[in-house]
Amino acid sequence: MEEYSKEVIEHFLNPRNVGEIKDADGVGEVGNPVCGDIMRMYIKVKKDIITDVKFLTFGCGAAVATSSMVTEMIKGKSLEKAEEITNINVAEALGGLPPIKMHCSNLAQQCVKAAILDYRKKHEK
Amino acid sequence: MKKIIYLDNAATTEIHPDVLNEMLPFFKKMYGNPSSIYSLAKSSKRGINLARERVAKALNASTKEIYFTSGGTESDNWAIKGIAFANEKKGKHIITSCIEHHAVLHTCEYLTKYGFEITYLPVSEKGIIDVKELERAIRKDTTLVSIMFANNEIGTIQPIKEIGEIAKKNNIYFHTDAVQAIGNVSIDVEKLNIDLLSLSAHKINGPKGIGALYIREGVNISSMIHGGMQEFGRRAGTENVAGIIGLGKAIELSTNDITRKTGYLKELRDYTIDEIVKRIPDTIVNGDRVKRLANNINICFKYIEGESILLMLDHEGICASSGSACTSGSLEPSHVLLAIGLPHEIAHGSLRLTLSKNNSKEEIDYVIERLTAIVKNLRELSPLNK
Repeated sequence: MEEYSKEVIEHFLNPRNVGEIKDADGVGEVGNPVCGDIMRMYIKVKKDIITDVKFLTFGCGAAVATSSMVTEMIKGKSLEKAEEITNINVAEALGGLPPIKMHCSNLAQQCVKAAILDYRKKHEK
Repeated sequence: MKKIIYLDNAATTEIHPDVLNEMLPFFKKMYGNPSSIYSLAKSSKRGINLARERVAKALNASTKEIYFTSGGTESDNWAIKGIAFANEKKGKHIITSCIEHHAVLHTCEYLTKYGFEITYLPVSEKGIIDVKELERAIRKDTTLVSIMFANNEIGTIQPIKEIGEIAKKNNIYFHTDAVQAIGNVSIDVEKLNIDLLSLSAHKINGPKGIGALYIREGVNISSMIHGGMQEFGRRAGTENVAGIIGLGKAIELSTNDITRKTGYLKELRDYTIDEIVKRIPDTIVNGDRVKRLANNINICFKYIEGESILLMLDHEGICASSGSACTSGSLEPSHVLLAIGLPHEIAHGSLRLTLSKNNSKEEIDYVIERLTAIVKNLRELSPLNK
């Protein structure tokens, strides 16, 4: 298999923002256990800004590293800016991913969207 | 570099110093082409003859039944395609199992393009075929049964003697992929009624890129590699002389004193399995606890994924393997783990440790301690564990 970058290994071994937020404003979950990866993301939102984020992931090294990286990327950002992040942005921030692992970065980006969607549904006026 | 604990001996093994020493002269002074006439070439020829004798002795075969190949995969390809094409007037049906190595499965799949029909025997939840199912699967047009001696992932040993008897009674050729079994189980092709057997050097502390196919005398088989008259005119190409010498020495060393070696390995294997199951909750031991290779451990850890376990172990200097999708290069977990009935999400969390006699109990204790922490750590990260 192609090697992981140093950044991927570093995020995998020391993932940021792991855990749950009990009173989260939005929760997103993507993937399924059959394919071998599931990501769940919790966000706290204040005045359209993501003030806190946590995640739990079942999956390979790339799945954990992309989850960790994407939480770092959206923390402190507006919902609009967070939604603009693409899977390519996540992969680039990690120094690239082996081609077969690009779907993991897709998952991370979809998980952000799912959490924001959940927040919007719950907070529609 | 920090100390490596190598627990992936089913993937490949470290070359034995005695094997390397016997090979070295054939890279240097004894470089003659064994097909040439002068004295320099004679030493190459003699080296090959000695290696052939050693392989034959290890299997209780005769030297003219041993053909050197580039390894297990080529041997499997040759055995299956060679029998299929040479005997297609009799019939175009082949029986194999659903837990074979891809070298067998993908070769069979290829043959379906040429009108061959393949029956894939299922296995029990322990990973063993039912010989009654084999008997029922035999047809008038069946020419070959190909069942592995022992499985590379879960280590289960198949009822080879019974399969050999059934094949003989029905006048069908019997091929077995014994790549994992050589050096672990004593093999006598006469007693077991084996017609064709694949083996490889690098699984038994020999070099990579060399293997052999045993073909019983009188078996009707086509050649796959055409050219010169090497290997009794059946497998062309200038011989990998040093590799062949290495295989000969490796098979001699690995089949010598199997009982004592496997005694130690079985004890270490059972200790490892028992300790892991005792210390880590929600684990499943895959394969049969008794009909199992002496060095094979295969365990699923619920709620976590195999590649993650491997990466964390690697960080601690421990080399292991997994049947998760992410390590197979596809989105599907191991076909072997699915065939024994594991659900996908559990199959993704498998770990294979394969021991060698160089592994100590101290190493195993360290691995178990690290593994316990790693599984706990990854479960804390998992949304399935809630």
